[in-house]
Amino acid sequence: MSEHALMSDPGTTGRFGDYGGRYVPESLIPACHEIEAAFRDAWADPGFRDRLTTLLTVYAGRPTPLTPARRLSRELGITLLLKREDLTHTGSHKINNVVGQALLAQRMGRRRLLAETGAGQHGVATATAAALLGLEATVFMGERDIERQELNVLRMNVLGAEVVPVTSGSRTLKDACNEAMRHWVASVGDSYYCVGSVMGPHPYPWMVREFQRVIGEEARAQCAAELPAAVPDYVVACIGGGSNAAGTFAGFVGTTARLVGVEAHGGAAATSGRSGVLHGFRSLVLQDDDGQVREAHSIAAGLDYPGIGPEHAHLRDDGRARYATVTDDEVVSALVRLARTEGILAALESSHALAWVIRAAESGGIAPGSTVLLTLSGRGDKDIASIRELL
Amino acid sequence: MTLEEFLTARRDAGRALLVPYVTGGVAPGWTDVVRAYADAGADAVEIGLPFSDPMLDGVTIQEASDRAIAGGTTVTRILAELAALDVEVPLFAMTYSNLVFQKSAAAFCAALRASGLRGLIVPDSPLEEVGELAGAAAAEGLDLALMAAPSSSPERLREIAARSRGFVYAVTRMGTTGEDGGISAEAARLGRDLTALTDRPVLFGFGVSDPARAAELARHADGVVVASALMRRLLDGAGPRELGEYVASIRRALDRPLDREPDEQYAPLPRHRRRPDRQDPVGPLPRG
Repeated sequence: MSEHALMSDPGTTGRFGDYGGRYVPESLIPACHEIEAAFRDAWADPGFRDRLTTLLTVYAGRPTPLTPARRLSRELGITLLLKREDLTHTGSHKINNVVGQALLAQRMGRRRLLAETGAGQHGVATATAAALLGLEATVFMGERDIERQELNVLRMNVLGAEVVPVTSGSRTLKDACNEAMRHWVASVGDSYYCVGSVMGPHPYPWMVREFQRVIGEEARAQCAAELPAAVPDYVVACIGGGSNAAGTFAGFVGTTARLVGVEAHGGAAATSGRSGVLHGFRSLVLQDDDGQVREAHSIAAGLDYPGIGPEHAHLRDDGRARYATVTDDEVVSALVRLARTEGILAALESSHALAWVIRAAESGGIAPGSTVLLTLSGRGDKDIASIRELL
Repeated sequence: MTLEEFLTARRDAGRALLVPYVTGGVAPGWTDVVRAYADAGADAVEIGLPFSDPMLDGVTIQEASDRAIAGGTTVTRILAELAALDVEVPLFAMTYSNLVFQKSAAAFCAALRASGLRGLIVPDSPLEEVGELAGAAAAEGLDLALMAAPSSSPERLREIAARSRGFVYAVTRMGTTGEDGGISAEAARLGRDLTALTDRPVLFGFGVSDPARAAELARHADGVVVASALMRRLLDGAGPRELGEYVASIRRALDRPLDREPDEQYAPLPRHRRRPDRQDPVGPLPRG
């Protein structure tokens, strides 16, 4: 049992058990301290909380509904409830975090947001929040991801953001993170680094979880209204860095619900990573025997990250959450099945969580009659072109 | 003799310190580059242990790291090659936390020690995270140098100056390693602040792109680390002989008396700073 309650304030060291911390160059330490102080101050300020809640309501479309997946539930012999983050403005849970961080940046007097992006969802969300608040946005994106996600690049451009192609390393998300950090070091006076997941140096993993907590808190209240037992048997979410899962789990960590994070088979840091330090924090990292970080591969660009948020590593060690993997084939089948049974086109990322539920229900891993809450983190419109080749 | 004792003795002999860098395993025969540096007047040599995600490095060191890793090098192999190398000046490692903590900081430091290295610097282990590593380094007699930045507060500078071993690495600018950028007033200020806080050598790094800039910076501290300017030449095809000649040209610039008046704000720093009667500003600290 850990000393502190799970998913609480990690204190000034930003530690979740052995994980987390602040492994950044000395140049960035003052910025991390400043952001932590500003976030603590803002989070305790009812005015800031009101402003955030208002924007999430009138702009981002919260609260999102809880949709019973009736036909699929019948097929699987369970009760499946979908938390519909796909229905938010910009189409994924990323907006919850960026509206919070953009408000914080504004409060700190910064005029520009920096962001890394893989699939482009966080980049689009950042560009959106920047436009909303009259800030500039510079988004770092791997050259390979730019080719794969042309439409999101266009969206960012239309929203007025500058998209900087990253040509170093594997030219994907992990390199975009490196480049965003390098740029942040050089522009820390006027720019705010808007990290897209529960990763990075303290306070980011904690702060992003707090901004995503709204998913779990809404879902908890909605489950209480919907389910006779008030709490579902399972709470399931997909994991790249792990922000939608962290926000969802935060609402249920104190309940009897079993928490399940689902990773891509080719990007399974929680299940096959080793302890390491990447992008400013200690966590489980995919790496070779010599400590060089491996590239993650999956059908969902948003899950192609070789690490997981430090708090997930801690939840795994603690046993409070379990982590599983699914294959690309299972993911595509799940996406199509949900589309045809419920008329919902989920993102490939979110379809990982669904693929696990389908497999577990059909194999008896989830007992018949169980109740399952699944966070549908985003919509699948962006994936249509990639799915076409796989059908 | 420790890295710190070696560098301090040379500094106190009136010499501006010169520390060139090479990425381990960047090319076959790379240890000849280390030897060439030593023969050209280096006071120590910094050896990069390449990491796939070097957060604080600009394009040149990234490219060198990528090349070394693609060539199949590993920390184990680099250390074995260094163990077989005999040079007159101390060598120390520069690498990132992920490589340090592969097994444990203790195991990593023991391996460095066994290969003859005298110290290390780990840019992504700041004061907050350096405790375990500092203990492990001290246990092996290695000097763990810490970085100070223009953004460091006076309180942090005091702690960095007190806890750093070997030397203090003063980052000249807010940015990554690389050759661009002039000498800022903030770099000069940082050098002055650190040399006032500690008798340990203070070396500037980042943007030391040519002999003139090296000489200019060395006026505000005890010397310079030169990395990207050398690695750019190496990546462009320069061999040990050319790299040695370039280091020798920096050596000459550092040794040449200044041919113009010092700027208004700061007179050149005297090389002899050690005053036996002076108290450590934050009191004596146990090593590690």
